Amino acid sequence: MLLIYCPYCEEERSELEFRQAGDAHIARPTNMTEMTDEDFEAFFFLRDNVKGLTFERWRHLNGCGRFFNAARDTVSDKFLTTYKAGLPRPDLSTLRPATEAIVETYEATESDAK
Amino acid sequence: MADLATRTLPLSGFHGGSGAAALSVTAPATRISLRAKPDAVEALSGALGLSLPTKAKTSASANGRHVLWLGPDEWLVIDENEADLMAAVASSGVLHSATDISHRNTAILVRGRGAEVAINGGCPQDLSLAVFPVGACSRTVLAKAEIVLLRTAEDAFRVECWRSFAPYVSGLLNEAAEDAGN
Ligand SMILES: [Zn+2]
Repeated sequence: MLLIYCPYCEEERSELEFRQAGDAHIARPTNMTEMTDEDFEAFFFLRDNVKGLTFERWRHLNGCGRFFNAARDTVSDKFLTTYKAGLPRPDLSTLRPATEAIVETYEATESDAK
Repeated sequence: MADLATRTLPLSGFHGGSGAAALSVTAPATRISLRAKPDAVEALSGALGLSLPTKAKTSASANGRHVLWLGPDEWLVIDENEADLMAAVASSGVLHSATDISHRNTAILVRGRGAEVAINGGCPQDLSLAVFPVGACSRTVLAKAEIVLLRTAEDAFRVECWRSFAPYVSGLLNEAAEDAGN
């Protein structure tokens, strides 16, 4: 079972209490009525779906109820850090050890699962 | 013919569990869901006669009234003497949101040396005394149902759940209590 650190509860809780809530740090446009359809589509629908490090919103739904942000690796499913909503992206160089091996398969990380 | 509606309590008369974890249903209580910003906490605490906890997973209790921290701006207030909690918070004079949920919730008491084991049958939280001491509380899950846990003694928990989930929650706890031993 994955344990996720909630920055509001200030402790690790089971993944069962959380829900993923899409990409983080998406700037909502202030001129929505003037946007072209293409620009609106890009803002509203298009996401990068990156392989590797991604920034996501999560909600501690069956806990404190708060939304927060997380830096997560989509390959290993590892949470690098979580931080309160409204804070800027954390400095990645402090999050990821330079020597970390790149793991390409789920099977290879399975034994590290918590 | 008398035009009278009677309210039936969910789980009325329910008893169950095992020697290690006995289950019983609590008496009716009044409850409110309370939301407020930090600047209203002091006045609301005065109106309720209990300090609203501001630290995660903590509660305050006195004379059958409990205030449970659910989130940074959210509390569950329970009064076992069925006091009028809506009137109490309304007298605070500060901006807040209160919803009467007295009849939305019901509660099951789990008591015994196997109480932790019984609840952990469906709840993923660490309920050891060091991590979840007496007075600790949390909204969490019991398998597929949302519950609010309050540890009332070293060997006792109050499990609050929505009334429509009561048959599921009590049934699951009953199974888990049997697994906890006699
Ligand atoms: Zn939380």
